[in-house]
Order: sequence, then structure tokens, then C-alpha cells
Amino acid sequence: MTQDAEINPCHVLSLKLAGSDLAVRPQDPSPLSPAKVLELAAADWGKAAAIAQTEGWRWAGVWAEDRGARLDVRACLEKQGCYLLLQTAVESAQPALPSHAHSYWAAERPERQLQDLFGIRFEDHPDPRRWARHQAWGEAEHPLRKDFPAAGTVSGPTPPDKDYAFLKAQGPSVYEIPVGPVHAGIIEPGHFRFLAVGETVLHLEERLGYVHKGIEKIAEGRDPAGLARLAGRVSGDSTVGHAWAGCMAMERAAGLEIPERAASLRGILAERERVINHLWDLAALCNDVGFAFGYYQFGRLRELWLRENREWFGHRLLMDRIVPGGVAADLAADAAAKMGKSVAKLRRELDELLTILDANSSLEDRFLGAGILSAELAAALGAVGFVGRASGQCFDVRRDAPYAPYDRLQVRVPLETQGDVSSRFWVRYKELRAALRLLEALLQSLPAGAIVAPWIEPAADAQGFAAVEGWRGEILAFVRFAPGNRIARYWPRDPSVVNWPALEKLVLGNIVPDFPVCNKSVNGSYSGHDL
Amino acid sequence: MLRLYGKIFKTGVITEKVRKPGRPGAEPDEFVQTGEQLKKIVDRRFRGSLAIRQVDAGSCNGCELEIHAVNNAYYDVERFGVHFVASPRHADILMVTGPVSRHMEEALRRTWAATPEPKWVIAVGDCGDCGGEFGVSYASCGAVSNVIPVDLAIPGCPPTPTALLQGLLTLCGRL
Repeated sequence: MTQDAEINPCHVLSLKLAGSDLAVRPQDPSPLSPAKVLELAAADWGKAAAIAQTEGWRWAGVWAEDRGARLDVRACLEKQGCYLLLQTAVESAQPALPSHAHSYWAAERPERQLQDLFGIRFEDHPDPRRWARHQAWGEAEHPLRKDFPAAGTVSGPTPPDKDYAFLKAQGPSVYEIPVGPVHAGIIEPGHFRFLAVGETVLHLEERLGYVHKGIEKIAEGRDPAGLARLAGRVSGDSTVGHAWAGCMAMERAAGLEIPERAASLRGILAERERVINHLWDLAALCNDVGFAFGYYQFGRLRELWLRENREWFGHRLLMDRIVPGGVAADLAADAAAKMGKSVAKLRRELDELLTILDANSSLEDRFLGAGILSAELAAALGAVGFVGRASGQCFDVRRDAPYAPYDRLQVRVPLETQGDVSSRFWVRYKELRAALRLLEALLQSLPAGAIVAPWIEPAADAQGFAAVEGWRGEILAFVRFAPGNRIARYWPRDPSVVNWPALEKLVLGNIVPDFPVCNKSVNGSYSGHDL
Repeated sequence: MLRLYGKIFKTGVITEKVRKPGRPGAEPDEFVQTGEQLKKIVDRRFRGSLAIRQVDAGSCNGCELEIHAVNNAYYDVERFGVHFVASPRHADILMVTGPVSRHMEEALRRTWAATPEPKWVIAVGDCGDCGGEFGVSYASCGAVSNVIPVDLAIPGCPPTPTALLQGLLTLCGRL
């Protein structure tokens, strides 16, 4: 073992797998650099995950590609900022694979998603119920196969999804509460099935997929600019994060370096998105416990920043500002100076609000101890972003797998360990402060030059993989090009995909009326999950 | 607690007021003027209270953020008699964002059926208007009008709070 192998977790795992009689073949050089790719036999798929799990790797996602006679499947693992993609292939006619769900909780739903969209059977899957599929297509149809038409095969009204087998409980005092898909507020649709005893939540089962709108399918055949627009609408509140991840994956496929100024501007856009969404979450968390003061104060600060976005970048939510090769909006010198002042002003406001919130016992009463996600559970689930960081999982792509412009900045990653609503509130508050520091650093060192590099048409089959830290956490994206500068495959993974299951766990034992605040403290994106 | 009240007084009333045209901050002015006109119609036709039920039928959640924003302290749409309600049974208007996913199609129809007459439907955003970036596919019905009758569409990706209010005024002006 070389010294390099000792420190590089990818090499260590590779050797470990080989040592366990698994035929692994590292793809060298990696086609998805900086991520490493390890090819293995389909039969070893489950064993490899079991070994990776004991080695402390986090499971981050799985996707497939229809390659004609075979389906390529890749699972993404991460350890100490190293991304490793396990790769295998199965026959298109009878695709079957061992499941990763026995080793990794996080794999459970994504594998069901692949089952519905590609027809891959996960042989020993603990819960083979459908997930992405409701009633819009048939059980024998697989929308992400190339022979499935994007327009679908059925017309006429889609029937309601009535026969999904929710877990049932029996007993004299257990009752069910069905909630959704249409909820009572201005919020995305999804279904929650509670089993409760008195006011206490005995069990919660999420049923998502209501806003599945075929993003992966309609990405196929787009040009790079079209994909960037679509990526910016995977989850509207994370438009910068997803557009960045999608563009970075395309740029890596094309071998395109973006100008330094573009990278810094992307950083500014991303940090502004983080600030605005964290402000909104702090507001909403206050609102969910009836603390109107906090709701209006944080909401006020958020609106001011939205208006600045419009003034300086031309869009309140910053949609379509990130384009392949760079950014679409430059920051004028006077606007940069104004932004610096605005950052300082927001920090003063936050200082003031901090003391008020901290001294408010009614707020503390509702937040402290509500919706606890233990560090062990967060690690087992692979929770990311503020949900993970409120439960002791100290991972942030900007620091641990840095990309420009963060590779030249010091990224502070706040951590909380209690894992309750309070932790998720305060970790956001601290992340907000860290984002303000990053904004100042970015503004002070804003390089001159072009904001977009001319696009280079990638070779047919060129592929790219990217990970960026969105405001919710780690966003992943994979892109493969078809001939003629067209997208053959796009796979985005929103952090919500891994964080949604955490809500099912952390709400247990809490009272039903605390569900809204528990839900908001996780704030999963329905759209980003359902695609 | 004193600090809390201190902050409230120091913040003051930030809700945007009618200002003379031509002053800085044209958008809020436009918002308030639209709102004043809307209020007159709401007073006359809806006895001062216009109830809206928002339905996300498949949106990326961008439109929801701006619909939320019309309720923040700057816009405070409730002062014009417009408020968002928790049930379609309490609503005069359904504000629907799209594209309508096929998985939400029946839920949207049922929500519409649960809304008492007289009722109106506003399709919000480019996706609700025409399918937007998502269009019609195996998973998406596209425009809201492909599923339920629509009285007005407010385009935009997403429409700004001012555009949302202008849309409401346009619809109510027709009644």
C-alpha cells in the first residue's frame, strides 16, 4: 500500500473490495473527475455497499442510464470529501440488482424510483412498493427508457392514486390522519399519513411524487442553455444551486474552464440564495409556533434582499442568472459597494434580533426538544445540509470538496449537536452569518474579466458529474451528452431526497400539532424530490 | 421583552403607502395603486373580503415564494381585503400554479369541485399559463386550463408580487 493509498479513502475502499474477492475495476483516468469511478459486477453490487458502509462511506444517490442492450447503474458514495461512483451494468431485458437498502437507509426510495422509471428489480429490496409512479403510467412502462415516448402512452384524465398500501395499525386507540396532497397553506403538495394515539405521533409515512413532472425525461434532447433553464426549475427556491450543479456537470463534460470572475459571481449568487432562504425559514419557523414578531422581521429582511436581487441581477429569485460557461448578469462596481453595505446592515439587524430571540422563553419552549434527530440516526440516514449539521454531521461541499470560488476561501461550517428544531433553527442562523462573511470575502476579491466563456461543443458521449452546496445542502448532478451538443441524460439529486426520510423519524413521539414546525425545520423540497 | 417592543417601534410601519408618482421605488407605488383600486372592487363585490385558496398543482415552488411575498409586511395584501384561506370551501378564487402534474390532476379537479359557486380560477406563472419550461408530457398536463376552466392567467417566471396583484385587479375588474 502506497502512502497515497493510505490517505485516499477511494483507494482504501478499492483495496478493501478487492481484498473481499470482489472484482473491481477502477476507471483510470476517471471519466467523471474529480469523482472516482469503480466498476464492479452486478452480483457484487450489494456486497460492495455493505463493505463501504462498514468503512464509513455515506450513500448519496443512485441513477441509471438506458444504453441500449444494457442499463448502466451508478451509485454515489462520499467520504471525507471524496466522491466515489460505483458502476455496474444490467441487461435491459431483465434488469435485476441486489439492493443497497440493507446497508443504507438512504437507498430505499431512490431504488424504488429506479424500479418505477427504469424497470430495474432490486432483488432483496425491503420495500418494493412503487414510489415515483402513481397512476400516470402503467406498471410495465418505464418512462426513462429511451423507447418510452416523452409524451406518454395514455391520454385522458389520470385516475386518483387510491390503492397505495400505507402501513396500518390496529388497536382500540390508534387512529389515522391523512393529510394532503393539497395542504392548508401556500405550500407544495404531498401526502402524510399519521398513525396517532391521542395527540402523540406513533408513525408517519410520507407519500411523495405528486409533483413528478418528468424533469429527467424532458431534459433529453435539450441544448446546454435549455438544460440550465430546466435545472434552475428543479426546485424554484434552489434555482442557483441546481443551475450551478447542472452547468458545472456540463462544463466538466465539455472540458470548459469558466472565467474567475464568473466563478466568484456564482458564489455571490449562491450565498445570496442561501441568505434569502435561511431568512425565510427562520421567519416560517417563528410563524409555525405563533411568534409573529419573528415572522415579520425575518420576512422583512428577506424582501429587502429580494429587491436588491432584482435591482442588481434583474431577477428577484435569481433565475436564469447562471448559464453554461459562466453567468448572465455582471455586478457593477457601485452595486458591489452597495451590496457590501447591505451585508453589514443585515448583520447588525441579526445581532439585534439574536438577543430578542434568545431571551424569548416561549420560542425556546416550542423549539427545544421538539423533533429530535439523533446524531446516530442522522449518520445512518446520510442526512445532509442544515438537517445533518444540526445533528452533528459536519459536511459541507464548499469546504470538503471545494470548487471555485470556495477553493480559495475559508468556509466556516457551523455545527449543532442536539438535533432538535432548536438546533435546526440556530444552525441556519449561524450559516446565515457565515454566508455574510463569504459574501464580503467574495466582494473584496472579485476578479476582473469576462463573465462567460464561449461554449465548447462536447464530444458525443462526454459526461460530467458535479457536487455543489446548495442552501439546503449537497446538490449532485450528472450529465451525458448525445451527438450535436444535445443532452442524453440529466440526473439532478436535491438534498431533500436524502433528508425527507429524516422527517418520518424525528417526528415520532411528538404531538401532532408540532408537525408543522418539525416539517418546516427540515423543509424538504417536494419538487426537487419528485422531479 | 423590552428589546422586542423597542425593535417593533424602531422598525415602524413599513407597509408601502401611496406615494406621488415619479418618486423612487416605482414598483411598490404601482403595487399600492393597484391595491387601492382592487380594494374598491372587493368592498363593492365581495363585502370587503376576497378569499383565495392557493393550489400548487405541480410547480417548482418559485411561484409559491412570490405568492407568499404578497403577504409580507411591505406588500401586506390583506389591507385590500384579500386573504388566503386554508380550504377551497372558503374560497372565492383558486390561484393555481402549474404545470399540472398528472399526479395532481385529480386532486386539482376535486379542489375545484369543492369550491362553492360563484368561483373563479387564476392560473399563476408561465407554467400555469401555458406549461412553461415543462410543457405537456407523460407526467405533465401543462397549462391549468387543460384540467379546469381558467378565468385569467398571470404569466411570469415567477410573476412578481405586483404582477400578481395586477392580475387580481384585472379579474375583479371584469366581474
